[in-house]
Amino acid sequence: MIQRTTGAVYAVDDISFDIQRGETLGLVGESGCGKTTAGRTILGLYKATAGNVSIDGHDICTANGHEWMTIRRKASIIFQDPYASLNPRWSVSAIISEPIRVHGLLKTVAERDQRAQELLELVGLNARHLNRFPHEFSGGQRQRIGIARALACNPKFIVCDEPISALDVSIQAQVVNLLEDLQERFELTYLFIAHDLSMVRHICDRVAVMYLGVIVEMAPRDNLYEKPLHPYTQALLSSVPVPDPKKERKRRRIILTGDVPSPINPPDGCRFHTRCPIAKRPPVASRCSEIVPEWREIKPNHWVACHEV
Amino acid sequence: MDAVLQVNDLAVHFLTPEGTIYAVNGISFSLDNSETLAVVGESGCGKSVTMLSILGLVPIPPGQIVNGNAIYQEMDLLHSTEAQLELIRGKEISMIFQDPMTSLNPVLTIKKQITESLQRHMGLPMEKATQQAIALLNQVGLSDAQQRLNDYPHQFSGGMRQRVMIAMALACMPRILIADEPTTALDVTIQAQIVELVIALRERLGMAMIWITHDLGVVAGLADRVIVMYAGCIVEEAAVTQVYENPRHPYTMALLAALPRADLRRNQRLKSISGAPPTLHAEIHGCPFAPRCDFAIDHCWSENPSPLQLPPEGGRVSPLLPSERATATGGRFDRRSLHRIACWVDVQTGKAR
Repeated sequence: MIQRTTGAVYAVDDISFDIQRGETLGLVGESGCGKTTAGRTILGLYKATAGNVSIDGHDICTANGHEWMTIRRKASIIFQDPYASLNPRWSVSAIISEPIRVHGLLKTVAERDQRAQELLELVGLNARHLNRFPHEFSGGQRQRIGIARALACNPKFIVCDEPISALDVSIQAQVVNLLEDLQERFELTYLFIAHDLSMVRHICDRVAVMYLGVIVEMAPRDNLYEKPLHPYTQALLSSVPVPDPKKERKRRRIILTGDVPSPINPPDGCRFHTRCPIAKRPPVASRCSEIVPEWREIKPNHWVACHEV
Repeated sequence: MDAVLQVNDLAVHFLTPEGTIYAVNGISFSLDNSETLAVVGESGCGKSVTMLSILGLVPIPPGQIVNGNAIYQEMDLLHSTEAQLELIRGKEISMIFQDPMTSLNPVLTIKKQITESLQRHMGLPMEKATQQAIALLNQVGLSDAQQRLNDYPHQFSGGMRQRVMIAMALACMPRILIADEPTTALDVTIQAQIVELVIALRERLGMAMIWITHDLGVVAGLADRVIVMYAGCIVEEAAVTQVYENPRHPYTMALLAALPRADLRRNQRLKSISGAPPTLHAEIHGCPFAPRCDFAIDHCWSENPSPLQLPPEGGRVSPLLPSERATATGGRFDRRSLHRIACWVDVQTGKAR
């Protein structure tokens, strides 16, 4: 369980899930749902307020010293913004080999440079560009540099925090294909955080949907997309535009009214009840506005938090 | 022909200390009354610069309109004075932008911003303008408009700010609305709300729209016709179903093949396009897509093809334009029957066209 409160912002409020070795779990939701906070807390970039996170048998929340360093090698992160996540004053070589240096894995500059060259080639970049600076690369190439850095210490688990959102469509496909190739080659496990539901369907094995700090539904990919059970998931999927004019024009969307409430003051009971098409609201008494729905396994491997399902 | 806007041979450059940027490289297109034209392409393809130049919103310098004209009601917008353009902007042709937080004035109330164009363009006195503003805000789905008139942009959410932008843009019932990536920064459920709103308003007001985006899903639901741009050039232009079901330019085909689908069960690898778009620091010689194209032949490297009408299946290129053929036979010209591509190769045979 992970629970985080800072002042009164309930960014991530009591979520539980696991990720199997070699799997890609998608974590989706709209702005403010807590997915990025969850991803960063899982790696220890934010300190969890409560709960525990275990990566390959090590508990992030209680580890320190040697064990902490071990976890930090086994788990890494790829960030969203290829322009903000690379230090503009460091060469690509320095950026990629920083984790190696910090963990003392290779002692000499020559060894680290060689490893950096290997990593550059792994991600499809020219090893001769080792001494260039980030501004000399395009957005897609910078993202590849970020991936190379994430691979530096041979991790087992990578949190991909919206790794392609800032890229053009034709480059997104390149980077996603690279991530899939690397996963197969190195038996990696991914937590893929994104808001692009089409890309999530492509790359993920299972998907968890978040709303205002809680997970509302989690299921294997095709089950979620073809038979979503939670009203929010249904509305979310019905909003995704599809590049097919005939289909798109015939669709009946579930349009949610209003805006997402603030996580500083989330609604009582089910957080989604204020916008839910099927919730019964006050003055009609209902569980939706008063009781937090239980997180239940409705069908094998298909979990939902909803009173009406 | 019902063209409300006709752009011919537009070319726009930017002169920077690092050299010239060839942002728009000779494009021509028309917009009919009441039609929705989508302009799609990835970053740097020139789609925004094209529309900004038409409305005189490109700073000059460093921008430079090197060539072309944009005819609206017999007036060439590219060669008009600022005073003449001010009469058009916001009244005849309106524009909404991607980030409403930076395009709304943060220190003016919503009331001030909406009533400004009503007073200026329609000559309404403040009281009438205020009533109109409330009506407009209601129309765009802000039901507590009366109370919120004196609020500032930062007091609204992203989706609501975009609704305010739309209300402002439509206040004077323009003939053309240009929307530059208006939903790109919004969450998908909010995007769906805004698109539904725009469709309803379009039904009611009948304005022509130009919708600039890189999102091929939104285009499918909204557009009548589509223009695909690459490196400042138009590479394909056709009715929306043609573009998705029968794309003929290698770039359009590659773009569609690179898209993942939320609605289909698929297990193949995404087809990516190798390389990256050109940086536009050099003048275009040859087809700009050639370095990344699976179909490139020698001719592609030496000469940049202009968009030409596709011949009917198995036929030869007609000397008459479809518009000329239509009027010659006494028929009405439907611009949606056009399907132009800028390519030397027939992708169906792999040989030169």
